[in-house]
Amino acid sequence: MSESQLLRFSTAGSVDDGKSTLIGRLLFEAKGVYEDQMASLQKSSINRSTGPIDFSLLTDGLRAEREQGITIDVAYRYFATPKRKFIIADTPGHEQYTRNMATGASTADLAIVLIDARKGVLPQSRRHAYIASLLGIPYIAVAVNKMDLVEFSETVFDQIQKDFSAYAEQIGLKNLAFFPISALDGDNIVERSARTPWFKGTPLLEHLESVPVAEDRNFTELRFPVQYVIRPNLDFRGFAGQLASGVLKPGDEVMSLPAGRVTRVKELPTFDGPLKEAFPPMSITVVLEDEIDLSRGDMLVDPNHVPHVSRRFAAKLVWMLDEAGGPNRTYLLKHATQTVPCEIRRIRHRVDINTLENVQAEKLELNEIAAVVMETRRPLYFDAYSKNRAMGAFILIDPISNLTVAAGMIEESTPESVEPLQLRNLEFVGEANESATGTQLTNAERFARAGHYPATVWLTARRAVAYLLERRLFDLGCQVHVLADDSESHLLPELSRVLSNAGLIAICSIASPDPGERDRAAGFAAANRFLEVPAKELPARDDDAVEVIIKRLEDLGVLRRKDRFERGEGI
Amino acid sequence: MDSRTLSHLRALEAESIHIMREVVAEFAKPVMLYSIGKDSSVMVRLAQKAFFPGKLPFPLLHVDTTYKFQEMIEFRDQFAKDLGAELIVHTNQKAIDEGANPFKLGTSKCCALLKTRALLDALEAGGYDAAFGGARRDEEKSRAKERVFSFRDKFGQWDPKSQRPELWSLYNSKVEKGESIRVFPLSNWTEMDVWAYIELENIPIVPLYYAKEREMVVRGNQLIPLEHNMPLNPGEKPQMIMSRMRSLGCTYCTGGIASDADTMPKIINELVQFRRSERENRIIDHDQEGSMEIKKREGYF
Ligand SMILES: Nc1nc2c(ncn2[C@@H]2O[C@H](COP(=O)(O)OP(=O)(O)OP(=O)(O)O)[C@@H](O)[C@H]2O)c(=O)[nH]1
Ligand SMILES: [Mg+2]
Repeated sequence: MSESQLLRFSTAGSVDDGKSTLIGRLLFEAKGVYEDQMASLQKSSINRSTGPIDFSLLTDGLRAEREQGITIDVAYRYFATPKRKFIIADTPGHEQYTRNMATGASTADLAIVLIDARKGVLPQSRRHAYIASLLGIPYIAVAVNKMDLVEFSETVFDQIQKDFSAYAEQIGLKNLAFFPISALDGDNIVERSARTPWFKGTPLLEHLESVPVAEDRNFTELRFPVQYVIRPNLDFRGFAGQLASGVLKPGDEVMSLPAGRVTRVKELPTFDGPLKEAFPPMSITVVLEDEIDLSRGDMLVDPNHVPHVSRRFAAKLVWMLDEAGGPNRTYLLKHATQTVPCEIRRIRHRVDINTLENVQAEKLELNEIAAVVMETRRPLYFDAYSKNRAMGAFILIDPISNLTVAAGMIEESTPESVEPLQLRNLEFVGEANESATGTQLTNAERFARAGHYPATVWLTARRAVAYLLERRLFDLGCQVHVLADDSESHLLPELSRVLSNAGLIAICSIASPDPGERDRAAGFAAANRFLEVPAKELPARDDDAVEVIIKRLEDLGVLRRKDRFERGEGI
Repeated sequence: MDSRTLSHLRALEAESIHIMREVVAEFAKPVMLYSIGKDSSVMVRLAQKAFFPGKLPFPLLHVDTTYKFQEMIEFRDQFAKDLGAELIVHTNQKAIDEGANPFKLGTSKCCALLKTRALLDALEAGGYDAAFGGARRDEEKSRAKERVFSFRDKFGQWDPKSQRPELWSLYNSKVEKGESIRVFPLSNWTEMDVWAYIELENIPIVPLYYAKEREMVVRGNQLIPLEHNMPLNPGEKPQMIMSRMRSLGCTYCTGGIASDADTMPKIINELVQFRRSERENRIIDHDQEGSMEIKKREGYF
């Protein structure tokens, strides 16, 4: 019993499509309802259904819900079969309560989208399907309900299946399965119905018991947001949190963010003895080998796969407040274990959920969905929601009312979606010496973050080689930038110095070298961090030329060699 | 299941621990309601795990109506001592002195004074901004509707019609002075999960959960334990009945069940057979239709 798996699913669909009735029926059939609860149901003075028992009363637990005959807020219900344990979130269909639907759907592995066979796909069915796709729910079961009211017509079912599939394809919903059901009478819920001989699929419950769970778990890229520091005495400092992705073992190399320090895991202590290995979604405590400064909101990550670090990023928002919102207001953004002040920089567009058109918008009204650019006061460490749910999800809180006003999902940023940050109050720091500038960063930290040492590559070869080299190094995970300004080549040595102070590899591409400039650039670079590659020493093909340069950077020790890289050694 | 899949109990455990750490990280002064029952026992064990090797970073608060079973009080004191936890016991002494008791006031009023009022007073006196409770959503239909972080206004009241959205595991902990959050780390646990976890983890529980011969009065379809000088109705006679408690509250309001389950495996086995809910034996829940929701709106846990 204690070894079974957990499947979380939610309901979705328009008001009165029969979501609560279906859940009540499912609970009843799976013996998830006790006799005294059934008895009080049978006794109930309220029954809006045409059957002897109004199953929706099993989940509509608030008085207002029973009185009005609608669901207002999510109900969580539980049942188990010999195969699985289930957590159900029965959500409201009424548009006014869309935020409660999003609440229930946010943690679901599967959503059952109900569609009333008589009404077909309604705007609210589309809204919920759209939200399900935004939330990245891996499986969608479409239950065409009230088949008893359309004489179990195959044509009706096929038409709805066609309509919904077309919409689902446009919004990128995956893993669809369709079921002709009657929540009221129980057809195709637990057992195959004799009234739909044309239906070749399995009953709904069988589907729920067999879809793969938690397939999207990510065991490769370590993300461990520090939630709390456990420090009972001076000899123990443990970083507590829930592993969002990746696997952790004692001895593993980890990098801390934002400091960029690389260290190793010493131990994973628990109440029941130390762990050999931790994986998501375990809540663990990590003890590190070195005494490094880490607190709530910081993160431990895989040094070879760091997340994005930025104050500005593209996101989708679902607005959940009755009052409109938008740019030029401060909100609090909660992401992983950080809460930071932020602004909606810009609304790129709003999405019309019916036509799927992008519409211009100045502000966001209740239940609207929009693509925005967010800007936070401090940097966030994140991945796109589509790649890593826990690392791409956030909520917005209004600092005055304290209400949760929006749910956000970070998107993969592209230059079109996010314009670069305006640098305000930029101070020119010309000194290489870390102690002289007042910076709180050490060179070691910069190197650890970059994964390589800074360097200056002095190239008199073809310009194309410089840009191909930049591309290759970037793809290897380097921080790199080409300086190629022929008309102002006298600035290149100073510019390259700024870049290497910042930890980058500067590629100076220069057509007609002036020896004075070369010497100045070499003088600024640290010993063994200046690489001059005259054109005549390079092969004719650009690809080959780039290979030669990378090899020489490795020889200099600027880059980690590939084999060392794979063993995960630090620089 | 592959080796990197958590069983459902371990997945629930991970979720509960995450919730507890979030509260301790984000609130100034949390407290854990400790009711001595099985859910509280599980909640405390999860807290031990969450803050290991540290001690519990918050006190335990027991609202004592003085109508609890003697075995519960003994268990409570020993439990807190073994744990090394700070235990605060609060009683609405004024109401007791004025003669509040269930036999005189009826269960509804008694509960309002000795539990709800006492709880609100204790929370206010301690200046707590977050209070953990061991309630589960599978217990009752209005509880099924409640958030993990459940907002309470200055008067400790719950507004079920305008709860804050709660997405993923990103909990909103923002409150103004005087307002608070009730936190339910066991929200997604079922009664069966709790028992299975108690067995798995070997968690100590009050002996009242195990069957033995007890002195009971049969009243309607309830078995009522004979404690605290409960007045008998004409014709009622105490009997020794092999019985146990399925859930624990005040003696008068918690009916027992006839049972011979005197070991943990027997209890779990009995639970599988049960066709009736655990709160059926809680007299207070049945005072009137939707009575739990009404009590919760007023500040009951
Ligand atoms: N004939 C028939 N009626 C049904 C069926 N399923 C649900 N109903 C009825 O449809 C009405 C609405 O059912 P609910 O289960 O409350 O609908 P819902 O989708 O939960 O509604 P909201 O939660 O308010 O969005 C009730 O009167 C049900 O009895 C069905 O399969 N056949
Ligand atoms: Mg409903």
